[in-house]
Order: sequence, then structure tokens, then C-alpha cells
Amino acid sequence: MIEQAAAFTPQLGAAPVTRILWLVPALPVVASGIVALLKQPRRKPAAALAIASLSLSLLLSLFAFGHVLAGWTNHLAVRETVNFTWFTFGATGVDLGWVLDPLSAIMMVMVSFVGLLIFIYSVGYMEHDENFTRFFCFLSLFAGAMLGVVIANSLLLLFMCWELVGLTSYLLIGFWYQKPSAAAAAKKAFITTRVGDIFFLLGIVWLFAQTGTLLFYNHEAGCLEPLALGGLLAQHAAFGLTAAGAIGLLIFCGAVGKSGQLPLHVWLPDAMEGPTPVSALIHAATMVAAGVYLIARVYPLMSAGVPLIHTAEATGTTAALVVVTWVGAATAVFAALIAIAQNDIKRILAYSTVSQLGYMMAGLGLGGVAVGMFHLITHAFFKALLFLGAGSVIHGSHEEQDIRKMGGLKVDMPFTFITYAIGMLALCGFPIFFSGFWSKDGILEAAHTGAIKGPYYLLVFGALLTAFYMTRQVCYVFFGYWRGHQDAHESPRVMLWPLAILAFFAMALGLIGTPAWPWFRSFLEDHAAPFSLHGFAEPGLVLLMTMSSCIVLFGLWLGWKLYGSKSPKPEAPDVLEKAAPHLWAGLRDRLYVDEFYGVTVIAFYFWWARVTDWMDRRLWGGIVRLVVRITSLWAHLNRLFDVRAVDGSFDKACEEISTGGGLLSRVESGRVQSYLRILAIAVVALAAVLFWSSMP
Amino acid sequence: MSPAAAGTAAGFPWLTALTVLPLLGAALALLIGKHARGIALFTTLIGLVFALVVWIHLPLNGTMGLVELHAWAPSIGMEYHLGVDGLGALMLVLSSIVTLMSVDAAHRVHHQPGLYYGLVLMLQAGLFGSFTALNFLHWFLFWELSLIPAFFLIKLWGGPKRGPAATQFLIYTVAGSVALLLAFLAIFLSTGTMDFSQLAAMAADGSLTHLVTAHIGAVMPWLAIGALAGFAVKVPLVPFHTWLPDAYAEAPSPVTMLLTGAMSKMGVYGLLRIALPIFGVQIAAMRTPLLVLAVATVVLGAWAAAAQKDLKRVFAYSSVNHLGYCLLGIFALAIPAAGAAAPTSILASQAAALNGVILQMFNHGITAAALFWFLAMMQMRTGGLRGLEDFGGLRKPAPIFAGLMGIALFSSLGLPGLNGFVGEFLIFRGVFPLSWVSATVSVLGLLITAAVILTVIQKVFSGPVPERWRAFPDLHASEWLALAPVIGLMLLLGLVPQLVLSALNPTVTNLLRHWRF
Repeated sequence: MIEQAAAFTPQLGAAPVTRILWLVPALPVVASGIVALLKQPRRKPAAALAIASLSLSLLLSLFAFGHVLAGWTNHLAVRETVNFTWFTFGATGVDLGWVLDPLSAIMMVMVSFVGLLIFIYSVGYMEHDENFTRFFCFLSLFAGAMLGVVIANSLLLLFMCWELVGLTSYLLIGFWYQKPSAAAAAKKAFITTRVGDIFFLLGIVWLFAQTGTLLFYNHEAGCLEPLALGGLLAQHAAFGLTAAGAIGLLIFCGAVGKSGQLPLHVWLPDAMEGPTPVSALIHAATMVAAGVYLIARVYPLMSAGVPLIHTAEATGTTAALVVVTWVGAATAVFAALIAIAQNDIKRILAYSTVSQLGYMMAGLGLGGVAVGMFHLITHAFFKALLFLGAGSVIHGSHEEQDIRKMGGLKVDMPFTFITYAIGMLALCGFPIFFSGFWSKDGILEAAHTGAIKGPYYLLVFGALLTAFYMTRQVCYVFFGYWRGHQDAHESPRVMLWPLAILAFFAMALGLIGTPAWPWFRSFLEDHAAPFSLHGFAEPGLVLLMTMSSCIVLFGLWLGWKLYGSKSPKPEAPDVLEKAAPHLWAGLRDRLYVDEFYGVTVIAFYFWWARVTDWMDRRLWGGIVRLVVRITSLWAHLNRLFDVRAVDGSFDKACEEISTGGGLLSRVESGRVQSYLRILAIAVVALAAVLFWSSMP
Repeated sequence: MSPAAAGTAAGFPWLTALTVLPLLGAALALLIGKHARGIALFTTLIGLVFALVVWIHLPLNGTMGLVELHAWAPSIGMEYHLGVDGLGALMLVLSSIVTLMSVDAAHRVHHQPGLYYGLVLMLQAGLFGSFTALNFLHWFLFWELSLIPAFFLIKLWGGPKRGPAATQFLIYTVAGSVALLLAFLAIFLSTGTMDFSQLAAMAADGSLTHLVTAHIGAVMPWLAIGALAGFAVKVPLVPFHTWLPDAYAEAPSPVTMLLTGAMSKMGVYGLLRIALPIFGVQIAAMRTPLLVLAVATVVLGAWAAAAQKDLKRVFAYSSVNHLGYCLLGIFALAIPAAGAAAPTSILASQAAALNGVILQMFNHGITAAALFWFLAMMQMRTGGLRGLEDFGGLRKPAPIFAGLMGIALFSSLGLPGLNGFVGEFLIFRGVFPLSWVSATVSVLGLLITAAVILTVIQKVFSGPVPERWRAFPDLHASEWLALAPVIGLMLLLGLVPQLVLSALNPTVTNLLRHWRF
């Protein structure tokens, strides 16, 4: 067991760095606004402004991180908030605010750092694009919104930034808007994530109604603090859930959409229509991780009712966390399976991202914030590295994205190859030297100790698949011989530097989360982290690590055995396709999820839209026409009897109007008059009835 | 009762002046047709200034301010009784902004410009009058007065099917009004007053139902239905909305701006000023069926928009959907037995819903008017084209146009940071605890609206540019200068909603304190 140090003293009040923390998201947003007003040809100022603003944000994030770290070394649990009232309704204030705690500090540094590297890379990648300035405008807006999600101390502020992140994702996926496929992918991404968001919104309003606040932390009055959580636990919602669990699940729906979990994962692979730096920044490293971050942020709500410290006796969990775990584990395997049979270099990485996000969710569900977040951080680095590497490959091989038409690039693009291989090994979880190994093992270990074993087996199987499909990809791209048309070339320096830096972190980051020195966990959970090799002495841990290493090595071996340097012809079927054509076709066609939605949800949407339109024209319209017919019939009957006095005078009045202005003469055939006449008769008749009945 | 003339800030009858101003402008415009547009612009601009003056002079405690009370025709219960609270004043500001936008949008009226602008100003007078009147007959006069210019504007300057559309619009609305008038006739016969505040007080202490039952019989629910019918047609509430798509589509776009931006708010306003205070108990008794209709308005409105091929009809149905949220909030807060004695949690939800409804009225007015303005510009550039499939790739030749219209579209979609979000958030915050089923079904409307609006963006602005639109002119300076304040307002209210809510919330609190369900 890890020694639990005495709880840290809570740190109250806000340091100067916390008070100006709003600048971290504000700087890129302001930069974006200025860039938006720049004329298109002004490339250099646009890129410079975006990079400078994000550098400042990074600097500020590092200061903030240093502040939290200083507190941590002094055994202080830093959680500083600045809150303010946005507006009031009734006697309730709607409060927003930001928070500096270990979770936001780590995430802030990661987002601004990875973001900055990708900004720099984009200068090279987008060099020849005619909308270069607009690209940096959107990227900056994205960075600002994402950093807003990170530092938000209010679920409402988080949601607002979350939606803005969705907007920028929409704009950037559809950046090449003249391509119909890009425009369609952008729309699909926005709508699919909004499916999750409408449930998220319900969760927010429910939480707000129950607790009266949406602030996370507010000196014991926040919605994640014991007082509010106690109230939510006491309330019972449907299906045996507490209000806390039900609200947690609604919020999780938002995370499912944003983080591409089953069944809302369909948008993420299509999002690869965007420029590759966008895929790296938004659809791999940061935005899609926002869902995981959200669950980590509201973890006290998700886990409400479970003792905070896991002991051997009480490894309790909640219904909400069980759902998170299963969704995560199922997504991990599902997406990894599909990734095997993809041939687009970016789509393989996209499915890999979906799968890894599943690991993070499962990690959160099984092992808590630290386990899930550690994988989020390491993944951000190695997946950004892989995407930027893929971008370098695409750039170098003249916009080719089909891995069957590549090959042998280890010779033409040696630098890209080395960094890509590091990223790939980190993703596979190659033992000891790569960060992915430690973060993934943390999840597997948590799954192993969990009460239910299903997710554990799924995740182990997923690890095997991951090693396999990444080996397949690397074999196709870098080994064998070149099958493209023009010769490939290495990318410019401005694109390679970010690769080198990311590669370094893809390896080194593992050091902060090993069992011997679980700094990451202790930092997030506010306790000390002494270095001790006894961390490995936990029963079964070494065995588990050996086993997972063997699985990864087996996956690598299998991939190499099947693909190696064989370089089959682009049109030749895959080796696995020959072995199992039907299964392969299914995987290649993404297990028909899109098709399934096409014939169910989307078909229903259009069918029901037509039905609604028909009802409007025929049903409601028909009833109206019927009423008019009956009324006019009744009026004609009435006229047969005696309402001449009223009728005559009304007619006369109408005539006066029509001859007077010369206007009403345009009104065709007096239809309006006749309708009005009917109405007038009705009024007089009913008024008479009223007068008569009110007589004493 | 408010003492007569006490509230005329600085002794000047601002509300009367506000209503007379556009009538004078209309007379002038009819006389000097040549400069009618200039006159209309000038008048509406002054009107906006007046409305803002009224807004600034609102009493801080949310009660009626700037009250003017004079005898008029006592024999029929008619008094000249004007006054505004946060709700009325916000509607005045909205109507002035929307009319100004509409006049600005109507660039080229070749056919009888004097008559056109005169009718627009008369319509504005109708709006101003009905948003300030506190006596039923007085209010009803302006409610109907606004109808006549709207009818002729559609009839004379509308699209190819303008005739039937205008007739349908008129007959439908008048039918609703007749029901409303009869209901109030019955009430007058029983109580001898048509003053809103007196009737509301009688409704609150239960004497209204008593009097009506004594004089006429147990018809109160029917009177409530009659009153609701008038408003339901105007807003509109499904299934009383079939006049709307035709009227909105066939009216010239600047007139559609008025119809959706300001006139549809008269219905919601009527529900808040008249129906809820006077028929609160009856509405609360019918709450469930009314909520079903409101949810249907939200969901079916959005869904019908998805089936339209004509951009004007798309936005017309989208307006039905957006006003559906207002109806949802209104009917959800009419919860039986709530009132002063209600638990604070219910009061908080009602306050959220009501603030949200009124904010949504304003936001929808601005956004929908802006959207139809953009459509007007598209029609002007393309010789009247307005089909969803008629365009494509416009972002390339007209980036500023695409950018600004994009902002308006995302405002309509409810993107946080723009004005649409806050109202919808507050409505859902209020409705969820009061009727979680309606809230849960209605979020579907948010999803479908997003799908509809993104489809519009995709079809109009994305994809390859067809040959004929390669030279599609972007906004010129005069156009985007006119649009910039509107877009700025969307951003401002999205970021600082307190600007409006600070004056609205006292009114909301005050209204909720007096309503009885």
C-alpha cells in the first residue's frame, strides 16, 4: 500500500498569480480578435501575435504551476478561487469564476505548451494556404476557449467555453470549406457533440436547481463541496440513482460527445478533414480530452458517496463511475478494432485517439482522477507527436494520406521516422522507456484491482490491438519501398523542432508517474511523494507489468510478422483481408455505425421533418379551412334570416374604405370584406348573448 | 393605484410622446412621399432615443413607471392609462430597434414609398401603444391598429402569393382578437372595469371569478381560453401557427423583420401583461395541455424548419421554435398554488423562467430581425432568390457578409457568448424543476435548431462557388456600418446580460409577487 501522508493543510485566499489567471485564456482570445481584423495578406503579424499571446499564456501557466508546486512542497493543498457574479435572477446570483489547483495547473501547462508547439509547427504546415491569417485567428480562439474550460471554477463557465471550443472545432474542421466533405464533417462534428451537450445542459440546470450554485469551489458553498454533495446524495432520482449520480451521468453525456466515446464517436474520424495541425491540437491532444478533464473536474460529484481514500476493505464505486468505466473500456476496444483496417494515416490515428480516450475514461472510472489524468497528459504529448509526424509525412509525400501508397520513408524522412517511432512506442506502451507504458499500466492496474473484471480484459485486449495496428501503420509508412508517385522529402525545420520536443516528453513524462515515484498522483491528491522502490513491491504489480509488456511485445511482433517490410502493392488486399474477408470488410467500413445511424436516427429526422411539414400544410391548414367553410356556411344561413341592419351598415363602411383610399380596390374580389363581415356578425351575435346573459 | 401623472418623469409625458411621434412621422411620410425614407429613419431614430429615455427612467423597484392616467370614455370602461415596467420598456426599446432596422433594410421601395414608410410608422405606433397601455380597450385599439398596416404591407409589397398570405394573416389574427375581445366584454360586464391592474388585483383575491360567475355563469375557463386564443395566434402556439410561414415568407423581408422582431412579441407580452395576471388560476388549471402545446411549438417548429426549402420559411419556423421557449417558460411557471406563499425554490425557478422569457423575447427580436435583414440583402443581390439550394460557397466572394451573418446564425443557435444563450439557459433553468418532462423533451429543439442552422451555413456559405456567384458583392461600408451595432449588441448582451437583467429582475420579482395561480 502507498503510505498516505497526513492530509495537507488547505490553502485559502488567492495569490496574485491566481488573481490574474484570467489572462491565460484572455490573451489568446484578444489575439484572435486582433487577427480577425487583420487583412488576409498580413501573415507574419498574425502568426507572431498568436504565438506571442500563447507564449505569454504558457509563461503565466508555468508561474501558476510553480505556485501550486511551491504549496505542494510545503504540504499545502492549494485551491485558490476567484469568483464573481455574472448576473442575477430573483434572489439568485449566477456566479462564474476560475480556480487554481493542481488539476487546473497541470492541464493549463499541458494545453498551452502543446498548443504553442503546434502553433509553431503550423507556421510551416500552413505556409502556402491562402487563409493563413484566418487559421491563426481560429487557432487562437480555440486556445483561449480551451484554457477557459481548464481554469473554469463554474460549471456554467466551463460549459460556455466548452461550446466555444466546439465552435472553433467546427470552424477548423471546415477550414477548407470549399471541400463539401470538410463542410459536412464540420457540421457532423458540431451536431454529434451537441447531442451530448443537450444532456449536459440538463445536468447543469438540474444541478443548479438542486444546489443553488454552479461554482465548483466556494468556501464550502460550492457544488462539489461536501455540503452540496450531501444534499444531492439524499435525493433519489429514477432507476435507483441518487440525484448526484443522475446529474453525473447527464454531465457524462457531454463528455461522451466531446471525447468521442461510444456511441457518439462517429464525428471524430471525419474531423480529420481539417488541416493536420488542427487534428493534432484539437482532435488529439486537447479538445477531445476536455471530456475526460470534465469528468476529472466533477469527480467529487461522480464519486459522491464513496470514501475518498481507497483501502483494501472499501474499494467502492458508484453507478455513475461504473457507467463511465464500461463506456470507456468498450470504446477502447471498439475503436482499436476499427483502427486495424483503416488505410488513411490520419484516420488510424483518429480511431487510436478514440480508443485512448476510452482508456482515460476507464482510468477515471476505475482508479480516480490521477490515473485518468496521467494518461491524458502523456497521451497529449505522444498523440500530438504522432499527428504532427503524420502531418510531416503527408507534407513530405505531397498530400498523400493513404498508407498503402507510402513506404520506405525511414530513408527519405529519417528525423520524422525516429520521432514517429518514439510516439508509436509510447502509444503502444512499450516497457520502461516510454511514458505510455506507465500511464497505461496505471489504468490496467486499477482495472485489475477493481471489483468487476470485464473492463480489465477489454483493456488488455485493447492494448494488444493498439500495438498491432500501430505496427501495421509504421510498417506501411516507413518500411519497405516507396509506392507513391513523386519522391518524398523531409519537412522544414520549423516543423521538425516541435517533433523533437514532443518526442522528448513522450519518453520522459513517464518518470513522474512510476510506482517508485508516483509524483503525479500525489500532486493531484495533495500528499507527499517520497521516492521509494517499494512502490513496486505491491503484490502482483510486477507480474502485471510483465504481463502487459509481454502483450505489447506480442502485438508488435505480430504486426511485424504480418506486415514487416513487405510493402504490398497498393491495390493488393491486406493480409488479414485475405484471411477473413468479411470481418475485414466490417472493420474497414467502421462496423457500419454511420450506416446504422443513417437508416435510423437521420432517416427518422428527415422523415419526421416531412411529416411535420405535411401536418402544417394539410392537417392544421385543413382544419382551419374547414372551420372557415363552416363559419361562412353558418353566416350565409344567418343572412337568410335577419341581420340586415348590421350587414348593410358594415357593407357600406367597407365600401367607403375601399373607394376612399383606392387601396382596398387591390384587394381581390372582396374576400377580405366577406370574411370580416362574418366575423362582425359573429361578434355582434356573441356580444348579444353576453349582454343578455349578464342581465340580472 | 398609481396616482395620475405622478410618474411622468420631469413632467413630460414620454409615453404619449413616444406613441404620437411615429404617427406624426407617418403623416409626414404620406404627405412627402419623396423623402419618406429619410423621414422614417429620422422618426425611428428619435423613437429609439425616446425609448432609451423611458428605459433609463424606470423605477428601480420594478413597479409601473411614467404612469399617465386620464379619463377617456368611462361609460365603456375606457381610460387613458399608460405606464411601463421593465417588461414594457424593454419591448419599447426592442420595437424601436427593430423598426429602425426594418426601415434601414427597406432600401429600394420604388412603389409608393410614402405609403410604405407611413404604414411602417403606423405599425410602430401600434406597437408602442400596445406596449404602454394599461387599460384593455386602449390596449386593444393599438393591438388592432398594428394589424392593419401589417396587412397592407404584406398585401401591397409582398411576394407572388401575397394575397392569400395577407388574407390568412388578417383573418386568423382577427379571429383570435375577437375571442379576446369577447372575453373582456364579459369581464367588463361583470366588473365594470377594464383596467389591467384593477382586474389583476381582483383576480389575485379571487373576486374576479366570483363576479363573473355571479353575472354570467361559470364561464371563467372559457374566458381564459378566449383570451389565450388571441395571444396563441399572435405568438404563435402550435397548432395556431399556420398563417405564419406564409405571411413571413410572402411579406417583403423588411416587413418580416417587423412581424417576427416586434409583432410576435405582442403576443408574448399579452400573455405576461394580461393573461397571467388576470387568468392565472385558469391557466394554471390548464397547465398540462398548454405545456404539451408549448413543447410541440418548440420541437415541431424546429423540425418543420428542417423540411423547408425556402430560407424565409426556414427562419419563419425557426422563429416559431424560438418563441416556443417563451411559451414553455410562461406555462411552466404557472404552477398551481404557487404565489407569495410558494417555497423559495419554486420562486427562484419562476424568476429564472420569467427573466429568461423576457430576455428571450428581446434577443429573438434582435436576432431574427437581423437574419431577415441578411436575407433581404441576399435577395437584393440576386434578384429575389431565397431558396436554400440557390446559393453555395458565398464565403469566398463575400467573407464579411458570411462572417456577420454567421454570428447572427450562431446567436440564433444559442451559442454562449452571444445573446441567444442566456435567455434559453434561464428558461431551462426555470422550467426543469417546474416540469422536468417538458424541459427534457424541449432540449430536442436546441439540437434540431443547430442542425437546421448549420445546414443553412453549409448550403449557403460552404462548398465550391457556383459560376454565377463568383462576383457576389460583399457588404459595402454603408451596409456593414448599419449592421455592426446590431452584431455588437448580440455580443454585448451575450457577455454582459446584466445590462438588461438589472432592470428586468425587479420587474420580474414584482410581477411574480402579484400573480396568483
